[in-house]
Amino acid sequence: MAIKRRDFLKGGAAVAGAFTLGFVIPGKGRAAAGEGETFIPNAFIRITPDNQVTIIMAKSEMGQNVYTNLPLIVAEELDADWENVRIEQSGVDAAYNSPWFPMMLTGGSSSVRTSWDALRLAGATARAMLVAAAAEAWGASAAELTAASGRVADPATGRSVTYGEVAAAAAKQPVPADVTLKSPDQFRLIGKDQKRLDSELKVTGKANFGLDVRPANLRYAAVARPPVFGGAVESFDAGRAEAMPGVIKVKQVPSGVAVIADSTWRAIKARDALDISWDERGNGGVSTEQMQTEYRKLAAQPGFVIQEQGDFEAAAARAERVIEATYEVPFLAHACMEPLNCTVHDRGASGGTGAEVWTGTQMQTTDRAKAAEILGYEPESVELHTQFLGGGFGRRAAAWSDYVAEASHVAKGEPWPVQTAWTREDDTRGGQYRPMTLHRSRLALDAGGRPLAWHNRVVGQAIDGFKMLGMEPKNFDDAMIEGLKTQPYAVPVVNLEAHLVASPVTTLWWRSVGHTHTAFMKETLFDEAAHAAGIDPMDYRLGLLEAHPRFVALLRKVKEMSGWGRELPRGTGLGVAIEESFGSIVAEVAQVSVKGRNIAVEKVWCAADVGFAVNPLGLREQMESGIIYGLSAALYGEITVKDGRVEQGNFDDYKVVRIDEAPAIEVAIINSGAPMGGAGEPGTPPIFPAVGNAIFAASGQRLRSMPFRLA
Amino acid sequence: MPLNLTVNGQQHTVDVEPDTPLLWVLRDTLGLTGTKFGCGIAQCGACTVHLDGKAVRSCRTQVSAVGNRAVTTIEGLSAGGLTAVQRAWIEEDVVQCGYCQSGQVMAAEALLATNPNPSDADIDKAMQRNICRCGVYQRIRKAIHRAAELAAADNPAGGE
Repeated sequence: MAIKRRDFLKGGAAVAGAFTLGFVIPGKGRAAAGEGETFIPNAFIRITPDNQVTIIMAKSEMGQNVYTNLPLIVAEELDADWENVRIEQSGVDAAYNSPWFPMMLTGGSSSVRTSWDALRLAGATARAMLVAAAAEAWGASAAELTAASGRVADPATGRSVTYGEVAAAAAKQPVPADVTLKSPDQFRLIGKDQKRLDSELKVTGKANFGLDVRPANLRYAAVARPPVFGGAVESFDAGRAEAMPGVIKVKQVPSGVAVIADSTWRAIKARDALDISWDERGNGGVSTEQMQTEYRKLAAQPGFVIQEQGDFEAAAARAERVIEATYEVPFLAHACMEPLNCTVHDRGASGGTGAEVWTGTQMQTTDRAKAAEILGYEPESVELHTQFLGGGFGRRAAAWSDYVAEASHVAKGEPWPVQTAWTREDDTRGGQYRPMTLHRSRLALDAGGRPLAWHNRVVGQAIDGFKMLGMEPKNFDDAMIEGLKTQPYAVPVVNLEAHLVASPVTTLWWRSVGHTHTAFMKETLFDEAAHAAGIDPMDYRLGLLEAHPRFVALLRKVKEMSGWGRELPRGTGLGVAIEESFGSIVAEVAQVSVKGRNIAVEKVWCAADVGFAVNPLGLREQMESGIIYGLSAALYGEITVKDGRVEQGNFDDYKVVRIDEAPAIEVAIINSGAPMGGAGEPGTPPIFPAVGNAIFAASGQRLRSMPFRLA
Repeated sequence: MPLNLTVNGQQHTVDVEPDTPLLWVLRDTLGLTGTKFGCGIAQCGACTVHLDGKAVRSCRTQVSAVGNRAVTTIEGLSAGGLTAVQRAWIEEDVVQCGYCQSGQVMAAEALLATNPNPSDADIDKAMQRNICRCGVYQRIRKAIHRAAELAAADNPAGGE
């Protein structure tokens, strides 16, 4: 692998006596930089005399383990002592932009796969410079020296130095023009289970999440927002709220009415005491029940043709049978454990310059730009501190910066930092949901049960966030058919249609995005086809995936792990599903038992192929997490709207899986060597159909809408 | 109205409304942000602290109801080094986003204090009041068993 010299810079972010190497993770917005222009590095390795290696990275830690896996990659090629490697969160700079979009982004299950090459090169380059420095000091040849666990050694003489001791001299070495990367059989850290680096902070309460920042003179705010989507304040009386203890100020902001107080609790209490007349802007009649009726009506009518590979009706006419089914999924809230929040200090308002923002975010660039725009500063004058995220799942990739914008309005012109905190109810009712979606699918089968043609019509809303990314949907949104154009089953004709609908209910990406419903539809439909053809659902899939060895290997793996085909007690069944998403393929088998109307998911077997698992432990954890996250939605998740208002508010009516309902999960990893895929999301899509298919096997009831409810 | 409170062995006098949840006194008045806000209605367990060693939801515990009972928060647990539960959590690589973990650790500590060797069913029963959206439940189960072993090794006399 060739690397150009200008891609490295020594000495940026310098620390006295330290070796600092800045390097480039290729991203949009930097490709245009021509030769000879000032080089701005977008990540750093810093080695200090105490032998501490610090990797400065731009990705947000939300549980997915980037704080461990990204430094791990550097440490491997650097031959660092893993015990002495830490990560430090970067600020905001165009240099840190995602390779996909002109902004900083932690999302799309992209962090490891888009940083992998650059991090390895950086580690190898730094290693070469440390070795060169030791060679110069000893008058030895660099080629004869070895490096391991943070030390350079000379086997001929037995001398050795730590990286820290040689750091200052290494900083004076020229950056090598090319370096050799390790071959996989030389990996000591990568490919082996590595525990998280942030555990101790998180089990001692020391990890600082957005809600935990406590700058001097902090004030706290709660905001009353319209109970109806798209609503606005008509008038309000703040008298009662203003008279309450600790209340400092009541002010109208674009999203509602804010109360600033000397504690969160006092702000919330006074917020609840506000007397507000709301203008519902005609949205007081919105209901998901009505939307569902409309969706079903549309599903019976031809939609916009996205893909037409052949004549479905002709195939249906000569088919042995046509399976026809409608699959429906509701709006879903992300329900991160840490309710949304953002702290803003408008320093300029009290004689300082610019502003400071503290928040948990997956989208620093756009959040900072929005805060700057509202506060009236240049983005560069706004310092954004990324805190630990108490869950992200897409909600903190807030395309329209809703919670940062609101907090900026609240703090604008105020002399103190203000922390705007959402209650759980605010968070649940705040919109930005996985879109409610309906698929009407028809699958024509020949006498042997093999598909001749497939017609799928989807009805749903676009994900609002894609508009911000410049992907304005016209007749459909790609997420509505995510994965369907490239679906792997042997089907000669796949026709796709869509009805794009609009509603005042706001939508956003939710862990695994469109795959949350396309995989549910596809894997349930093909399960139905298998049963209709009288073929075992596992064998049926294997028979249609002969051209896709990675899929076959994963199915065979979960088949073996789950003891597929074994005798099961009455009322217990196994269901299988497989989905490719975010560059990875995951197969899952769920074991479900039904008793009356109760559904118990007893066990899940999962096989994942992400190409190559940098940290197998971390990958297994992401699969476990993705499965439980999906399971909550499969069993309970549902946001409904009535009279324009969200009916759910907290964990009592927006239920999630708890420990006593959590299945044991076994994860197997297949390193196929395919291009690296993501880990944070791909575990989620298969669990919906795997559970649904298992419910069918256990009870004979085919459930085509979620959350699953037995008759 | 000033109230006296003993938190992690330290005496505090706080001037708040008597119905203020202990959670907000800890977080906003005393600056002990290790205890988390998750739901405000005793549904998620993120705010779990100990009153005289018993796990309670601080979001639904009025500060005036604490009385003379000793409040222990996550910050007060590890004064003498990491506890068996905390060490087990690190060993089993339990945490992900980590936001619920202060509450999970406090709940597990309270469980082990009364049941030093819990079964899976005991764990599910005691820990089902604590939600984790990252879904690390099977690692929590495993870590509690491990913590029981570590605690037994720390204290071979088995003094309860």
